[in-house]
Amino acid sequence: MKSLQELAAIREKMKDKVAIREASDNTVRIVVGMATCGIAAGARPVLSQFVEEVNKEGLSDKVTVTQTGCIGLCQYEPIVEIFESGKEKTTYVKMDAEKAKRVVAEHIKGGKVVTEYTIGNYKA
Amino acid sequence: MKELSLNILDITKNSVTAGAKNIEISLIEDEKGILTLSIKDDGCGMSDETLQKVSNPFYTTRTTRKVGMGIPLLTLAAEQTGGKVSIISSTKAEDHGTTISATFDTKSIDFTPLGDIVETVCLLIQGNPEIDFVFIHQTPKFNVRLSIPEIKEILGEDVSVAEFEIIQWIKGFLDEQYNDVQ
Repeated sequence: MKSLQELAAIREKMKDKVAIREASDNTVRIVVGMATCGIAAGARPVLSQFVEEVNKEGLSDKVTVTQTGCIGLCQYEPIVEIFESGKEKTTYVKMDAEKAKRVVAEHIKGGKVVTEYTIGNYKA
Repeated sequence: MKELSLNILDITKNSVTAGAKNIEISLIEDEKGILTLSIKDDGCGMSDETLQKVSNPFYTTRTTRKVGMGIPLLTLAAEQTGGKVSIISSTKAEDHGTTISATFDTKSIDFTPLGDIVETVCLLIQGNPEIDFVFIHQTPKFNVRLSIPEIKEILGEDVSVAEFEIIQWIKGFLDEQYNDVQ
């Protein structure tokens, strides 16, 4: 059984790590639309995958994953927006967990937008 | 919605928007298989006038479009099993908040399976670390409980409950409680 002592041990381990992170700027924000439309379209596993991938790839110092309400383009849900300082916003549409993995690997880590998942590709 | 836990994620966001500091999500199933879901918050509450409108799909507070399907979808999920949804709300300073309750007959062929409730709970905590969530799931066979205030007491000010390692621990903590049953 997971014990609360175990939690206290995790806290001790993490204290320093968190302090370092607070000193550095978060430069990338991944925002997942989690209103009724997003959730019904499958946003929950997408959000979960982003949270997991960002941590697995050791990107949590500069990348935050947050949730938002309805973006207003419900037919394109699940929608994910990527905000990077000094760059234009990227809007990914009709996302799923597999696509989320690729976005983390190629865009967040590699710096190259996955054009085929962007809204521009669907609207064109 | 494919899973009841998705409705729960959706409806709980209303409590977040209402500025709640405490949110209690409980699922209680009796021997007859009647499941009662309650989401209780201490947010700003709704006026009687708003309360009458929330079940109407053409009412919403959102500004990006004109329909609000959250409560209608939960009502559908409950009513198709023979259950119902009720909402009580207060905007008074001394007891402001909203409680939404829904009943479901889990034996009904039209009962929407609960699905991944652990993922729902973890994502609510990850997205809203400032809120003190309490989650309870009781059936005649098991009793699962999670209290964020208790976890925050151990973590103190240094480490947020939204940290990946903490969310992973919470996930494991809930999974273990569910697995103990099987």
